Amino acid sequence: MRIAIIGAGVVGSLIARELTKYEAEIEIFEKYPDVGWGVTKANSGVIHAGYDDEPGTVRSKYCTHGNSLYTKLSYELGFPIKRTGSLVAAFDDEEVKVLEKLLDYGKKNGVEGLKILDKYESLEKEPNLSKMVIASLWAPSTGIIGPWEVAQAAIENAIDNGAKIHLSTEVKGIKKTNKKVLIEVDDRDYEFDFVVNASGLWADVLAESAGVKVTPLHPRKGEYILLDQSDLVRTVVFPVPSKAGKGILVLPTIHNTTLLGPTSEDLPPDWRDRNETTAEGIRKIIENTKKLVPSINLSKSIRTFAGLRPENDLKDFVVVKEENMVNVVATRSPGLTSAPAMAEDIANWIVGLRSLKLNKNFNPYRKPIPRPYEMEDEEKEKLIRENPAFGRVICRCNKVTEGEVIEAIKRGARTLDGVKLRTTAMFGRCQGSFCTVNIMKIIKRETGMDFEDIEKNLPSSKVVDGVLR
Amino acid sequence: MKMRYDVVVLGGGAAGMGAVKGAKDLDASVLLIEREPFTGGVLNQCIHTGFGLQVFKMELTGPEYHEFYRNKIGKFDALYETMVLNIDFDENKIKAMNSEGIHEIEYGALVLATGARERPFEALRVPGTRPAGIFTAGLAQKFVNLENHLPGHRAVIIGSGDIGMIMARRLFLEGVKIEGVYEIMPYPGGLTRNVAQCLEDFNIPLHLSTSVVKIHGKRRLEGVTVAKFENNSPVEGSERFIECDTLVASVGLIPENDLVKGKIEIGPDEGIFVDDLMRTNYENVFACGNNVCIHDLVDFTTTEGEVAGRNAAMVAKRESLPPRAGIIIAGSGIRILSIHYTTATEPFKLYVRVDKPMEIATVNVNDKPVKAAVNARPSEMIELTLNPQKIDLKGKIIVSAKGVKK
Amino acid sequence: MREIQMTCIICPVGCTLKVTLDDDGKFLSVKGNRCPKGEIYAKDEVTDPKRVLTSSVKVINGKMPLVSVKTDRSIPKRLIGEAMKVIKSAHVEAPVKVEDIIIENFLNTGANLIATRSVEKTKK
Repeated sequence: MRIAIIGAGVVGSLIARELTKYEAEIEIFEKYPDVGWGVTKANSGVIHAGYDDEPGTVRSKYCTHGNSLYTKLSYELGFPIKRTGSLVAAFDDEEVKVLEKLLDYGKKNGVEGLKILDKYESLEKEPNLSKMVIASLWAPSTGIIGPWEVAQAAIENAIDNGAKIHLSTEVKGIKKTNKKVLIEVDDRDYEFDFVVNASGLWADVLAESAGVKVTPLHPRKGEYILLDQSDLVRTVVFPVPSKAGKGILVLPTIHNTTLLGPTSEDLPPDWRDRNETTAEGIRKIIENTKKLVPSINLSKSIRTFAGLRPENDLKDFVVVKEENMVNVVATRSPGLTSAPAMAEDIANWIVGLRSLKLNKNFNPYRKPIPRPYEMEDEEKEKLIRENPAFGRVICRCNKVTEGEVIEAIKRGARTLDGVKLRTTAMFGRCQGSFCTVNIMKIIKRETGMDFEDIEKNLPSSKVVDGVLR
Repeated sequence: MKMRYDVVVLGGGAAGMGAVKGAKDLDASVLLIEREPFTGGVLNQCIHTGFGLQVFKMELTGPEYHEFYRNKIGKFDALYETMVLNIDFDENKIKAMNSEGIHEIEYGALVLATGARERPFEALRVPGTRPAGIFTAGLAQKFVNLENHLPGHRAVIIGSGDIGMIMARRLFLEGVKIEGVYEIMPYPGGLTRNVAQCLEDFNIPLHLSTSVVKIHGKRRLEGVTVAKFENNSPVEGSERFIECDTLVASVGLIPENDLVKGKIEIGPDEGIFVDDLMRTNYENVFACGNNVCIHDLVDFTTTEGEVAGRNAAMVAKRESLPPRAGIIIAGSGIRILSIHYTTATEPFKLYVRVDKPMEIATVNVNDKPVKAAVNARPSEMIELTLNPQKIDLKGKIIVSAKGVKK
Repeated sequence: MREIQMTCIICPVGCTLKVTLDDDGKFLSVKGNRCPKGEIYAKDEVTDPKRVLTSSVKVINGKMPLVSVKTDRSIPKRLIGEAMKVIKSAHVEAPVKVEDIIIENFLNTGANLIATRSVEKTKK
């Protein structure tokens, strides 16, 4: 049984991994040079509790369950998660009414531990919250993760369990034939028994090519500001949601920084790669987040970026299950949170349909790249003794060692972003001005690539250009 | 490994090397901890002249200054490619890591000489895309001078700090087209000498009151939009597009003190507050160089380092140093002070920066004029010698500057 | 007679020099210099401006690909283009010691192009 997964973002990679629990040939097609570089790469990294989703929507079906699956998943796949909890802050009586509605949704969706806090309880949970808050909805199960880390880990585990991945391979179209499904790639076609389309921003286009009509997508941009600060907020702080969405948040990241964002801007349908930031977007972030946390110090900003989410007019996921294809479309918020639940559900569908047997050799565990900075001294010493490269720090800001960079390259990194997203090197306060040269030296040594061959991320994003002498 | 030294110096750049020498001169046992495989820090990539006028009475390039000073110091113990993980200021212990494992080092006195980092261009929140081709001036300098690679072929320089102007010249001489140097303030950010010998010499345009408002190019930089700026805001309608594939940003240096935050007294500019002995708020911890305050001339970081090293050696040998007797405060007209407390014992050099250009700046200490500086600019430090015999340096000392028209 | 202004670049102080020239543009006098080097600079600047040139030369078999170099005294500014051509095509074999003469009497100026750092030979 040959199954193709299109898209190695968080949804596609978890579906692929789920399917390797069964006897089947799994092949993943990813258009970018690395995994998790689409929607997965630029979002808030929040594992939502599940009170935002109106009961009866497709997202309400997956979000709360997905949230609970993350605990086991983070343990098996070796990526960090922090259950910071979240506060939705209300500043007037109208907003308190919204909190009550969310509490109701949450209860109906099975969210545990929800509670409406008064002003003082809110400020006790979050001392830097604006003193103008009058009440907040506390959700203890909200968590933060590094979203691309899930995709990386899931793909590594899937490959370990027998899956194959084709990177830098863009699927141009899908054709259903008699019993098979054809994946059309630039120079050839691939034949499969079943195809899962989890291609994020282009999922509707690929579904259409296979004759499956879905509500069309358009990109929705979210801009962010990143602060080099770890002690601004302890929880994920939300404003009260509006028609535009969950709003502009203030949240800690799993990497000890603080994220402000996202904005919410609907773009024309063909602007699917237009992830540039705007003066207006940045201004909006500053204005809105200062209302939530007045003590925000912008001099700590180290970066701004934007991500695109695949949105449709239904404002809901669309999962079309057929006998030889599943299309996962409009994986907008809470797509990250829902991904493990969607993977489980879709895998169950395929397994049931095709009576797949269990893979007795399935190993659920994936070892993360060792991180000496986070180890106890004895563990550090042992690791360095076995491999001295883990004692040599390359990224001063985040204390990333040469051993970690080498390991990232071993696990597939060939670009600066590939190393960055697997190690957090270049993520910190100097944004790579100290470590870039050393990282490139290691890439050169491990892969044979010359400095002039090394790209920042996408093809034609070379870092340097030409030799002096 | 466990070790003990009289004096431990963190950072082997221009200031740290001074501290090593200062401590050695007083026969203290000294250990240098340095994250690179060599000393010299940024001197290794500063192949231009402008170094050594005070320390060697010659004009040298950065690498010469490094090698000559290194020879002056002689032998000393050092841990290279070693990163300090944490410092226990109560137990006087440092934990450091390198490819040989974890080291625990006990010190009699510590000198912090960790220098500065560059402000990344991304911190400016300029809207647009995030392509390859954007470099801080120091990173571009490293690629060109140490790694033999050009950053690109058509460059804009954002910020007219010294390193920006120096890189403009360097890239120009290597055949890179320099579209211009863009400075948001109405005056240059670096030394006047560099405006002359880096830009005017090669007809590289310097656009004042102008900065970048948008980045273009999905994968590699394709161009920037610049606009005129007034009161830190872009002037509507003044935007123009400049085609380029490289952006070199010289937009500020920030003292690098992440390791000691929360324990060592640090000012709002992120520099360590020291007294005229280069001593921090801990009796046996000293600091020197760019992590105290961003200097213009490397020589002064070395001489500061020598003072710090000598005093650290004295403390390590249980000699008592005089306590603080006065506090220096920046009054009107002054933005930066290199020293914030005095012991009022010996004359010492205080470096200050005015907060705006002044045709003639009269610098006052408690309303008593001590120096007049012509064409004073924030980018050019003013050196004051404060002598406790001549001025009362106890209690509150306000340093202010008043601008006078010629 | 007229007066022109220039910044002396001899040392980082960068004195603002006011130079008086006669009607033919010849140097008459200078003020504003804090030391005698400023007068020499001003004289040169109006007749044949000179600059110290710093750059890099390719190293063969060295632990580093380039050695930083400088002219050991200033050379006529008008020769800089030519100088860069020569520097770009030059190379030196490691080991190099700081102050080694890479090119003697560079472009017949009387100045030498010297190494400003030492570069060790690679172990191979």
